[in-house]
Amino acid sequence: MSAMYGTMDGAGAGAPDTHGALAAAGVGRSMETKADAAPAGLAVNAAASAQPAPAVPGRPTRRTRLAAKGIHLAPEGGRLRPFVMKVLPPLLGLSLLVLAWQILAVRNAGFPTPLETWHEAVKLFSDPFYRKGPNDQGIGWNILASLRRVALGFGLAALVGIPLGFLIGRFSFVYGMFSPLISLLKPVSPLAWLPIGLLVFKAADPAAIWAIFICSIWPMIVNTAVGVQRVPQDYLNVARVLNLSEWKVATRILLPSVLPYMLTGVRLAIGTAWLVIVAAEMLTGGVGIGFWVWDEWNNLNVPHILIAIGVIGVVGLLLELALVALAKAFSYEEK
Amino acid sequence: MTSKFIDISRVDMRFGDFHVLSDINLAVEQGEFITLIGHSGCGKSTLLNLIAGLNRPSNGVLVCSGREIAGPGPERAVVFQNHSLLPWLTCFENIHLAVERVFGGKETRRQLDERTWKALELVGLAAAGGKRPSEISGGMKQRVGIARALSMEPKVLLMDEPFGALDALTRAHLQDELMRIVAATGATVVMVTHDVDEAVLLSDRIVMMTNGPAATIGDIVKVRLERPRDRLALAQDPLYLDYRTSVLEFLYQRQGRPAQRFAA
Repeated sequence: MSAMYGTMDGAGAGAPDTHGALAAAGVGRSMETKADAAPAGLAVNAAASAQPAPAVPGRPTRRTRLAAKGIHLAPEGGRLRPFVMKVLPPLLGLSLLVLAWQILAVRNAGFPTPLETWHEAVKLFSDPFYRKGPNDQGIGWNILASLRRVALGFGLAALVGIPLGFLIGRFSFVYGMFSPLISLLKPVSPLAWLPIGLLVFKAADPAAIWAIFICSIWPMIVNTAVGVQRVPQDYLNVARVLNLSEWKVATRILLPSVLPYMLTGVRLAIGTAWLVIVAAEMLTGGVGIGFWVWDEWNNLNVPHILIAIGVIGVVGLLLELALVALAKAFSYEEK
Repeated sequence: MTSKFIDISRVDMRFGDFHVLSDINLAVEQGEFITLIGHSGCGKSTLLNLIAGLNRPSNGVLVCSGREIAGPGPERAVVFQNHSLLPWLTCFENIHLAVERVFGGKETRRQLDERTWKALELVGLAAAGGKRPSEISGGMKQRVGIARALSMEPKVLLMDEPFGALDALTRAHLQDELMRIVAATGATVVMVTHDVDEAVLLSDRIVMMTNGPAATIGDIVKVRLERPRDRLALAQDPLYLDYRTSVLEFLYQRQGRPAQRFAA
C-alpha cells in the first residue's frame, strides 16, 4: 500500500510539465539566468554612468539622463539574449560530450573518434532499409522492429492496465485484492520475466513483447488507480446527488479527471518499455535495435554501437516528447 | 402529510469520537424556505448533508415526503458551496447531465435539450451555455450550479452556503433571483448560511444552531414578512430589524463565538 503511494508521488511530481532530461535542462537554464543577472546588474550600472552611449547623436539616452539623476535602470537584456540563453547551454553541453569522447578515442586505439563515427553514421543512414538475410538488415528495419514490439507490448499493457487501474481505484475490495500483488511484483526486473515468456510462448518475439508488457503495466495500473482515488470528493458528491449510473460516473467524471494521471503513467511506461526492449532483444536475438547492438559487438564494430546508442537515445526522447504533447492536448484547464 | 414534508426526528451524528449533532428535531413544510444559521463548525453543513443523504445519521430518522432518506437522490437537489461544476464539460453539458439522469427515460433528446436551455434561461445564462466553467465568473458558476439543481425539478432544494464565496453585490443579485425562482417553482428550500441579512430576507423560518460539539437547534425564528420581499423596503421595516436583532442576539449573546468560550 505504502509502496503504491510512494511511486505515485514520484510520478506526480513529474506530472504537470516535463520530466527527466527536459526538466533538468529547464532548471539549469533558469539557474544560469539568475546567476549572471546579478553581477551583470552591478556591472552595467557602473558602465552606464561611466560611458554614455547615445542612440541619437547629441541627445543622451534615457538611461544616461536618469543615471545623472541617480536613478539606475535595470540592465537591458537585448533581443538576442533569450535566444542565446536557450541555445547556448545545450550546445555547450553537447560539445563537452564530444570533447570527452575525442579525448577518450585518442587515448584508446580501438575507440573511434566522433568524426569517424559520424562518417560511419552517414553511410549507415544513407541506406537504412536494405535486407541481406535475416541477420543483416538496415538500421531502419531494426528500429521499426523494436518499435513494433514496444507498441504491441505497450498497447496490451494499456489495454489491461488502465481498466484494472480504474477498478482498483474505484472499489476498495479490488484494491485490497491487487495491492499486495502489485507491491510484490512491481520491483521485479522485467528481464526476470523473460524466461517465463520463453517458456510459455516458446518463441523469442512474443517473449520480448511479454517483457515489455509486464514492465509497462505497473506504472499504468498504479497511476490510474491513484488518479481515481484522488478524484475530488466534490465531483463524486455531484455524481451521488445526481445518482449517476456507474457508466456515467466512469465516462463523465472519473475518466476526464483521471486522464492527466493516466497519461503520466503512460509516459513513465513508455520510457521503461524503451529501456527494456534493448536489453530484451540482446537476449532474444532476431531483428531489433538491441539485437543489432549485440551483433555489432560480436563484429567488434564499435562505431555502429555508438551510433546505436545515439539512435536509442533519440527515439526514446521522441517517444517522450510525443507523449508530453499528448498529455498537454488532453488535460483540461483547472479554474 | 404536507405539514411534515421533511421530518427530522431525534437525529444524532458522530464522526468517530466527535459528537457533531445531538438530538435534532425539525419538521419542514412543503414550499417552506428554511435557513440554518450558526457559527462555523457547528454542524450546519452536516445536517444539510444528512438531509441530502450524503451521510447517514448515527441515530434517529430523517424522512422526506413519507420515505426515509437512505441515500442521495435527484428529488433532493444540492447546490454546493463551491459550485462543483465539472470543469471539462460546458455549462450546458453540466446541466444536461442532471436532466438526462432524471428525465432521460421518459423524454426525447429534444425535450431534454429544451429542459436544459430552460434551466439556463431561468438563471439568465442562456448565452453562456457553450462556455466551460473556467470561462465564466464565480457568480455565473454558482448560477449554473443552481440551474443544475433546479433542472431536476427537485422536491427539495438543499443549498450549502451557495453565495458564501461571492462579493456582496453579486450575492444580493443572486438572492433576488433565488427568491423569484422559488416563488415561481414553489420549491421547498433548506439553506445553510452565515449571513444574518440573507437569512432574514429569504426565510420563512430561521433555524439557529448552538455551538458544537454536540450542537443542536437552539431556537427558531419565524419570519412573518410579506412576500414578495424587497430588500430596499425591508431595510427600513421595523419588523425586519426586529428579526435581524433577535438572530444577532442569539448568535452573539446566547451563543458567543466558540473561540471566546474556549479562551474563557
